Amino acid sequence: MTRDAASRRRWRDAPLALAMLAPSLIVLGAFVLYPLARAFWLGHQRCDPTGANCRSNGWDQYLDVFRSEEFQQAFGVTFRFAVLTVPVGLALGVGLAVLADKQLRGMGFFRTVFSSTVATSVAVASLMWFFLLNPSVGVLADWIGGVAKNPGLLQDEDTALWAVAISSIWANLGFTFIVVTAGLQSIPADLYESAYVDGASGWMRFTNVTLPMLGPTLLFAGVVLTSRAFQSYGEFDLLTGGGPNGSTTSLTYLVYGNNSIIKNNSGLQAAVAVLLFAVLLVLSLAQIRGVERRVHYGN
Amino acid sequence: MSYCAPVAAVRLTSLTKTFDGVMAVDGVSLDIADHDFMILLGPSGCGKSTLLRMIAGLEDPTSGDVAIGDVRVNDVEPKERDVAMVFQSYALYPHKTVQANIEFPLKVRGVAKMERAEEARRAAATLGLTEFLDRKPGQLSGGQRQRVALARAIVRRPAVFCMDEPLSNLDAKLRGETRAELVALHARLASTFVYVTHDQVEAMTMGTHVAVMSRGRLEQVGTPQEVYARPASVFVAQFIGTPPMNVLPVGVVLDRNVLVGIRPEHLELDPSSTVRTTVTLVEHLGHETLVHARLGDTSVVVRLDAIEAAPSVGDDVGLTFPEQHLHLFDPETTRRVDG
Repeated sequence: MTRDAASRRRWRDAPLALAMLAPSLIVLGAFVLYPLARAFWLGHQRCDPTGANCRSNGWDQYLDVFRSEEFQQAFGVTFRFAVLTVPVGLALGVGLAVLADKQLRGMGFFRTVFSSTVATSVAVASLMWFFLLNPSVGVLADWIGGVAKNPGLLQDEDTALWAVAISSIWANLGFTFIVVTAGLQSIPADLYESAYVDGASGWMRFTNVTLPMLGPTLLFAGVVLTSRAFQSYGEFDLLTGGGPNGSTTSLTYLVYGNNSIIKNNSGLQAAVAVLLFAVLLVLSLAQIRGVERRVHYGN
Repeated sequence: MSYCAPVAAVRLTSLTKTFDGVMAVDGVSLDIADHDFMILLGPSGCGKSTLLRMIAGLEDPTSGDVAIGDVRVNDVEPKERDVAMVFQSYALYPHKTVQANIEFPLKVRGVAKMERAEEARRAAATLGLTEFLDRKPGQLSGGQRQRVALARAIVRRPAVFCMDEPLSNLDAKLRGETRAELVALHARLASTFVYVTHDQVEAMTMGTHVAVMSRGRLEQVGTPQEVYARPASVFVAQFIGTPPMNVLPVGVVLDRNVLVGIRPEHLELDPSSTVRTTVTLVEHLGHETLVHARLGDTSVVVRLDAIEAAPSVGDDVGLTFPEQHLHLFDPETTRRVDG
């Protein structure tokens, strides 16, 4: 078939292709593309709290928001939150998955327990940790004592972010466990057997076989967990409400939180949301580009 | 030769292995001598790989003993057995370079970096891999990967090499070449090889001895020539040889209560014979011609040299069974009965 004929056929088939793609395009357009475009547009507007009566404030509003102290502080909180939750969450997920990856009687029970948080909503997880850490009635607060009792881990500026991070790590552990377990099961058994015959200890098999072979899985889980950490909202809203003194005001809380300083300005809220999108895009690309070189994707 | 390994005999005594009540290896006793190239041959599921894995220490015997040298090693960790294993899939670490793959057994033993790099280079040179040392396994052909797996096995000079169908992932041409290389390697290393395969050509061309297995049991142990020339059972007779030996029911050839076996190359077409049959298929393979015919309820195959005139399908032909080439088997036990 000549190039012209192929081109003519493509044009002739275009209406049919468009019709078949229409359901997906409509859903994508209505729920992703339109809101995204609307947020970009809102980002240079000044509007009333309902998002109406907007007037342009100029595209420089993005730059102003980026330079603002509130944005910088919220970015710092969010970044620290990601640094606290992602590596620990990954390490715990790998640890539990490796422990549960044994052909022992009753291991199915532990796999169910370890993966159960994937079915737990952020709201339920946050409320559970709220009560566990509550200085008056919390069991954990009683065990830990000290600052956990007065004023309380969630009430102290220095510990609030750590406490929210612990809740988040716990809530995400099921996801990490399931993903890493799937990754472990794709590692050929004869790699372990070969290392075993060669005399490698359990730790050497872990560092020379398990971890390198889990590379693609860990990259995927790392990008997803980082993205989740930057988009976390429920934990901050339910556990600390962005406080005390803004110490847990993340970027998402700055956008949407009840105690946010820009609560009544949907233009600024949209600008922060768009900047958060940009930050996440850059971070995810950097993660993939940076780590991918050291990740092996099989033969 | 710098790669002379310490050699050791392997002795298996009444070795049994069951998996959830299913018998995989059933009371196997086998002596593998120093320097031997022992082939464990049998169809899929006959227990040959399980037997090899018990020698390597990857499976614990349910009962019986494994001894390497004079030492019973049932409870000895694989790394203490001085055994190297080459897997069917090669089991190379895909994230490591060829050099790092070959070095790995030395690294886990704590050999100094410089020394193990030197050893790895020597092992690589032995197998013609020097130019590939910086590549990853994914950048190598199947044959090259197979040689890397061999280099990783020889680098620590084990007493016993265990190989689990290492050629089965190669194409036919490469398999033929690698068979010859393995035989040469065995001669150079002068160590004990235990080699699992279901391919009788590998068994016949590589082994100094062949142990034929069926359903977890040893059917026969001998040199390839012995196993071919004097099969100990109907199973061995029909498993070794292409096409397999014709085994005819009681009464067809001899007036005795025995099964009669005869290899296709020993069966003769003879117009004057009183044993008449009809040709059902003629296969011209270039170097030989296979003539299939029905003899009662049994199908028989006659192998003719390519230069011999072959009959056509539907022809009535006579068959003769030279007495010196007959193999007699007990119809009850299917074991050989003619001494």
